[in-house]
Amino acid sequence: MSTINKSMTDNKKQPSSSDGPSRVDGRLKVTGAAKYSAEFAVKGLVYGVLVGSTITKGKIKSIDIKKAEHAPGVLAVITHFNSPKVPGYQVATDPGKPAVKGPVKVFNDDQILYNGQPVALVIADTFERALFAASLVNAQYIAEKHITNLKDNLGKAVATHDDTEYKRGIVDAYKSAPIIVEQEYMLPSEVHNPMELHALIARWDAADKITVWDKTQGVKDTQSNIAKLFHIPVENVQVHSKFVGGAFGSALQVWPHEVAAIIGAKVVKRPVKLVLGRADMFTSVGYRPLTWQKIGIGATAEGRLVGITHHAVGQTSTYEDFAEGPTDISRSLYACPNVNSSNKILGLDVGSPTWMRGPGDATGAFALESALDELSYKLNIDPIELRLKNYAETDPESGKPFSGKNLKDAYKLGAEGIGWKNRKQEAGSVTRDGWLLGYGMSGGVFGADREPATVKATMLADGTLVLQTAVSDIGPGTGTAMVAIASETMGIPAHQIRFDLGDSLYPNAPQQGGSTITSSVGSAVYMACRDLKEKFQQLIGNGGEDKPNYAKILKQHNLTQLQVVTDSKAGAEVDKYAMYSWSVHFVSVLVNPATGVVKLNKVVCVADSGRIISPKTARSQVIGGAVMGIGMALMEEAIFDDRYGRLINNNLADYHVPVSADIPQIEAIFVNKPDININPIGAKGMGEIALIGMAAAVANAVYNATGKRIRNLPITPDKLVDWTALT
Amino acid sequence: MENKNAHSKPESELEEKDNSRRNFLKQSAFITAVALTPAPAVKAAAMHLDEKIAEAFEKVPVKLEVNGVMHNLSVEPRATLLDILREQIDLTGTKKGCDHGQCGACTVHVDGHRVNSCLTLGVMASGKKITTIEGLAKGEELHPMQEAFLKHDGFQCGYCTPGQIMSAVACIREGHANSETEIREYMSGNICRCGAYPNIVNAIQEVKSGGQIV
Repeated sequence: MSTINKSMTDNKKQPSSSDGPSRVDGRLKVTGAAKYSAEFAVKGLVYGVLVGSTITKGKIKSIDIKKAEHAPGVLAVITHFNSPKVPGYQVATDPGKPAVKGPVKVFNDDQILYNGQPVALVIADTFERALFAASLVNAQYIAEKHITNLKDNLGKAVATHDDTEYKRGIVDAYKSAPIIVEQEYMLPSEVHNPMELHALIARWDAADKITVWDKTQGVKDTQSNIAKLFHIPVENVQVHSKFVGGAFGSALQVWPHEVAAIIGAKVVKRPVKLVLGRADMFTSVGYRPLTWQKIGIGATAEGRLVGITHHAVGQTSTYEDFAEGPTDISRSLYACPNVNSSNKILGLDVGSPTWMRGPGDATGAFALESALDELSYKLNIDPIELRLKNYAETDPESGKPFSGKNLKDAYKLGAEGIGWKNRKQEAGSVTRDGWLLGYGMSGGVFGADREPATVKATMLADGTLVLQTAVSDIGPGTGTAMVAIASETMGIPAHQIRFDLGDSLYPNAPQQGGSTITSSVGSAVYMACRDLKEKFQQLIGNGGEDKPNYAKILKQHNLTQLQVVTDSKAGAEVDKYAMYSWSVHFVSVLVNPATGVVKLNKVVCVADSGRIISPKTARSQVIGGAVMGIGMALMEEAIFDDRYGRLINNNLADYHVPVSADIPQIEAIFVNKPDININPIGAKGMGEIALIGMAAAVANAVYNATGKRIRNLPITPDKLVDWTALT
Repeated sequence: MENKNAHSKPESELEEKDNSRRNFLKQSAFITAVALTPAPAVKAAAMHLDEKIAEAFEKVPVKLEVNGVMHNLSVEPRATLLDILREQIDLTGTKKGCDHGQCGACTVHVDGHRVNSCLTLGVMASGKKITTIEGLAKGEELHPMQEAFLKHDGFQCGYCTPGQIMSAVACIREGHANSETEIREYMSGNICRCGAYPNIVNAIQEVKSGGQIV
């Protein structure tokens, strides 16, 4: 560890769970007053329940809806036989060309593309009646042969996007290196499973006017998509999404169930509430795609990387080409002269996958960081040392300088936090109370993008500052961070600031995805506050105070309020710099040699994501990402029965996510150095890097503990127990 | 935290059953009459009046004392306590996460014990005292567990939070909060996908060590 300059990091106190201001909307959440999308008491509300296909591929032959229609309380049973056509679905097709791919068109035709695809919507006056009547719908199908297995069909994978192939230097240069690691990795499909079920209330206010209370990560995107689908003016679509009960990527698009509820509300001429069941959450709102990867890494005997070759095949559906780009991480994480990679996809008879927390890079990091760990053992070099030997001072892909990178600090802070000096290089050599003890680490990286955002800032007569923008908050605490920025910029206490979000009436903001919100909306809030303050200073003339009494100034000038609307977007820095956030995860694990049970002993996560705006919520975000990464490493796996093309564990009893007993205290450490080149506030994203790399850190620790290298996640006990020893 | 504002003791379950039984007998008499006149019965079936008859049977009276307020309701026997709270009483603080008792988001207290309200039929809770997240605070004054969750950031999205807090209060009351390990074990029926577990454990430990009566 001597290569890390000790003076580079100071021992700033890292936040504990109780440090820093609490969430601005926390009181609403702990009292049950926070209203999520299905919780609005809209007048005249009725209930919709979907019926899913019981075959995986084929056509609907008939649907008998008589029994369901006559069940008590039923208002309508909608299928493709009787559904009003969604205008946006009716795209003219060129008979000479293959059909344009796109989302499933609900109730549009007889095609079945995946198991569980909605074939009918039952609407009744109560939820119980709708649920029962849905069981009476009898659909008959003409089944066709389906394929849901990725591994057996890798050869059929295709490259569908321009950016799928990458080459720097010599192709497969790793093969010529003296030390080589060449391995395959399998990542199972993982399901977002936010605790809030996807749900919406849809109400037609006029023939061309609609209001939805919807679970979405982007109210503006949902608004424009609904407008396009139903051919109505954008301003006639109102989307409310004030509280979102988690999403992790599952609410970045308009899904068939949302269109179904809107169709239903049109048919029954009443507001329809539709809440997906937990089983539907596994098939109908996306997941992280099952992915095969192969990595070849070559290094000199001293540990300098010679070449990286990284190929991936990810699962997608037959109707959408979803590619998350898992191999992209190998282009730029390390300084390596020769890199070639490809991202291919394979269309299977399944529902479409989608973005899930740390898309692409979380998948790729597991393979790359596992392979690097493996290389460190072959070289007999400390894994951190190996990373430092190949540290990228400038972006290896673009050649540009980084806008800000303090990864060396992160390695050092994390190594100290976990007690890395206690790690033994020899795998399987340390036991504690009969358990095998091991240490592992891994890095993570994610692009630090900044999207256009607009904020309306209004100072009211009583000195209350109201900020409005159409962002959603799926949990990280957007409002809390934005209020912190405004409080500092305006010089007024947080309790005098209100941050309004989650409504399409507000000015434009990006979707809450891809770790962009603090950078994008945070910058917009900062700039709006700065503009507003300047407007006040113009009122009071030159040399105004730094912390003016805004209410007093308004009164003196006979004004009821002062308002600015400020646009904000990335500038020339985009061309000048390569912009990323980094993380390093450290874990120590205990593995029971008899049962194969893996227990997390200690977890330390370091984030190098610029300036920390809100320490309490930032810490929670890092911990939360680590927990999801632990789930990825040890338990999460959506399992298909390929005979039927159906999931066999589509519930929270059989699809395991981490629970409290699985999770120890997790230390979150922030490098907390502002990235002065990226935006005016110096902060960048944290949501993705909190997860990216975590699974590899756990797998690497398991190897250090046991000497067993698990390359197909999750690391379940059966993969660790030496069964031959038992026979 | 027993609710001090609870109304007078609800009618006994026996009286409840008697009520239901009387209704049942009245309705049975109607059915018998229908059964004795075959032709109209057939006609009733053809016109789907059988559904109407079934509908009359589908509802039973239920008395729920929720957060100290008595609710006299007529519910279908298949209606869960969770759906009754959310859809009929508009107490949406209790959350729906799985409908199968697998996630704990719907945790409420029934006569002081934590239960999954999605696995509890409304009729099973008749005559019992139910406390939901909305009934935990005393007016503006938050319950110590709510304060501790706020202070330690025991949540992100907030959706599992009401269930976590109801479970956490019960965890201490049951005497299952004596160590970090014990808290983790006895809080493992409540999933938090945002992964706030360490903060939740910190919150519970603070309330437990604070010695306040919960």
